[in-house]
Amino acid sequence: MSAADTLADRFDRFEDTPRWLLDVGLIAATMGSIYLLFTIFTFVGPAGGTFGTVVANLQTITFWTALYAMMVLALNLHWGYTGLFNIGVAGFMAIGVYAFAVLTVPPTGSPPGLGLPLWVGIIGGMLAAALVGAVTALPALRLRADYLAIVTVALSEIIRLTLLSTKFESFTLFANLDYEVRGVEILPDVALGTGAGRGMNIPVNPSIPVKSIFYTNPSNPAAGERTAVGEVVLGAFVNAGVRETVVVSLAYTLLLIGVVALFYWLLVRVGNSPFGRVLKAIREDELVANSLGKDTRMFKIKVFMLGCALMGLGGILWEAQRGFTDPTSTTFRPIQTFYIFVALIIGGAGSNTGSVLGGALFASLLFQGPLFVSRILSHLLNLGDTPSSFAAAIGPVFALEVGPLLAYAAGNIEELRFVLLGVVLVYLMQNRPQGLLGHRKEVAASVPLIDRDGNRPRDAAAADGGEGDE
Amino acid sequence: MGVRAMSDTSPAGEGGEPATTGEDRPTEATGDGTAETTAGEAGESPGPSELVVEDLVKRFGGVTAVDGATFEVEEGSLTGLIGPNGAGKSTTFNCITGVHEPDGGSVTFRGEEITGLRTARIANRGLVRTFQIARELEEMTVLENLMLSPQGQVGETLSHAVLPGLRGRVRDQERDLREEVWETLELFEIDHLAGEHAGNLSGGQRKLLELARALMTDPDLLLLDEPFAGVNPTLEEKLLDRIHGLRESENLTFLLVEHDMDLIMDNCEHVIVMHQGSVLAEGPPEAIRNNERVIDAYLGDEL
Repeated sequence: MSAADTLADRFDRFEDTPRWLLDVGLIAATMGSIYLLFTIFTFVGPAGGTFGTVVANLQTITFWTALYAMMVLALNLHWGYTGLFNIGVAGFMAIGVYAFAVLTVPPTGSPPGLGLPLWVGIIGGMLAAALVGAVTALPALRLRADYLAIVTVALSEIIRLTLLSTKFESFTLFANLDYEVRGVEILPDVALGTGAGRGMNIPVNPSIPVKSIFYTNPSNPAAGERTAVGEVVLGAFVNAGVRETVVVSLAYTLLLIGVVALFYWLLVRVGNSPFGRVLKAIREDELVANSLGKDTRMFKIKVFMLGCALMGLGGILWEAQRGFTDPTSTTFRPIQTFYIFVALIIGGAGSNTGSVLGGALFASLLFQGPLFVSRILSHLLNLGDTPSSFAAAIGPVFALEVGPLLAYAAGNIEELRFVLLGVVLVYLMQNRPQGLLGHRKEVAASVPLIDRDGNRPRDAAAADGGEGDE
Repeated sequence: MGVRAMSDTSPAGEGGEPATTGEDRPTEATGDGTAETTAGEAGESPGPSELVVEDLVKRFGGVTAVDGATFEVEEGSLTGLIGPNGAGKSTTFNCITGVHEPDGGSVTFRGEEITGLRTARIANRGLVRTFQIARELEEMTVLENLMLSPQGQVGETLSHAVLPGLRGRVRDQERDLREEVWETLELFEIDHLAGEHAGNLSGGQRKLLELARALMTDPDLLLLDEPFAGVNPTLEEKLLDRIHGLRESENLTFLLVEHDMDLIMDNCEHVIVMHQGSVLAEGPPEAIRNNERVIDAYLGDEL
């Protein structure tokens, strides 16, 4: 019996507690444990443990947790709920980010954009990702599931390489169409661009509204002054030893947590409905769903577009907030899709709470954890310089000297992380393929179908009253 | 049986006139015999054909699985479709229900041609099938399996599922559906399994669930592919009672593939024998039992 099974048994004791409260408790307990671990890491780490360093490190962990939770939730809608094997997540993120950038970058920028407001960019980015999703999905969804996988992974690479192409570095729309009506050109030339390999500056981005809470000149805090709120909040934190940039990032992380909560709410609602029931049926056996009169193609297209829109939004909040993007960013590489899948598998495909947990565990223990551990090892063991080659690291082992090998491992931790990921995946596949919460019965209905004793819910009004949904 | 109540929200065309749906359907035919009552309802002595299959052809590579099959199924009847393995019975089912597109011929359901329509559209019209090997939605509970069936659920649109203002209607409808689903579960005596994942059910229980799920769609014609394989005799008896009951109360039509000859002979009023992709013989059970060609091809001498 694995740890997670015993955990599930423990939960049976709380059967009178509403489900959502349990889920919130589970996420809070997980995050609490992760925070405790990283607080300890901070204290034993090279920078030492002060309020400032603890807040900075926990901020980093929460930031990555929120980003991954967001993406895993979106993927859970595709893969966990509907069984659509989308392995082009990074591509849809890229579409969202670039559509956002092209819409919001001012016409004077280099490359130039349309200079539209932030919210237009966000909606446009989501729509663009959804449309590209629909175009991809339309032919592939008619075929077997594997074809969707092939099409999506190919698409994500096509998108990345297209963005790298100098053909689109900067170009002018309607340059050859000079129709005039009464002296006014009806299709004025529009200069656009993706910047290709040079990348794109994104001055109007989701971090700006957050920064504007603290600074009068959010695009360039140094040039302006602090606002009244900024004066109070930043002042207090800085006095407590937290760096100013950490506080601003913390505020942005809070925004991300809000978006995760929104995704969660949306997906729970989608899942707990007749719509979600059809999605589950498609995952289980599409022919049965068809035979029961469900036009599964429409459902698949809708859900694919919705998931892609969420991935586009996730991409914008992930990548565009940096103020700069380029196609070589790791955010857009296929490995990103793999990371998100690993996180979903850890948490349990098909469970939204599991998705958040998977995002948290992946981001903290697998993604950031090894970096922390490596720094701590180098610091505590005084490992010194990283040997330049594996031979130089392994040689001294025969003289019973493991220091250079450890230093080599610590110095190459980013690569070793892949090995760790592989080991975790193999372990999970063999011992808990359904993930932490994958086999939980998350019933797809908007009302409880069964009462706590396994009987027909007799008093409908009373049974539903406790849900507090509407 | 309240299973019908859903159909008045069905999008399948008959929208404005609730006369054909819901509780308005004549259900008085309970007391006296079956055949006369159903014929009486239809207004003619030989019931009109619910399903007409004409010259149906389906090839898989070099194999012609169905080779010009032609037969009719009368409204309100319980028709048996028998034949040796590989005779094309299941392929015929697949062609009728749109799982396979036939290479030739036509299928007409209630006077409208449905050849080549998508499976879901055919099911929307009231022609629903079960599978030879029960196909359960394993990671869904028994309740979810049944809740899936009713046609025209408002909550199946994304906007109704998500938007706060519209979700109230979804919940109201789901409460009503929940009642029907529990009634059906009790009827099939699998209510003690309501919260189980369908994947945990035994073979026989799966067959029951599959039949219950098909009935929850509120069909007019049910194609049952070996519904009693693996079901114990008492339960089989009960299911047959249920089938006959539905024919009386809702004028449901059944087309049944089955290998148990006694069952076919005792329950069907019309039997179609398929052999090598086409119809070898058809007629009342007694005639089939004594048909030389049928005995040679399928029944053998022991009957």
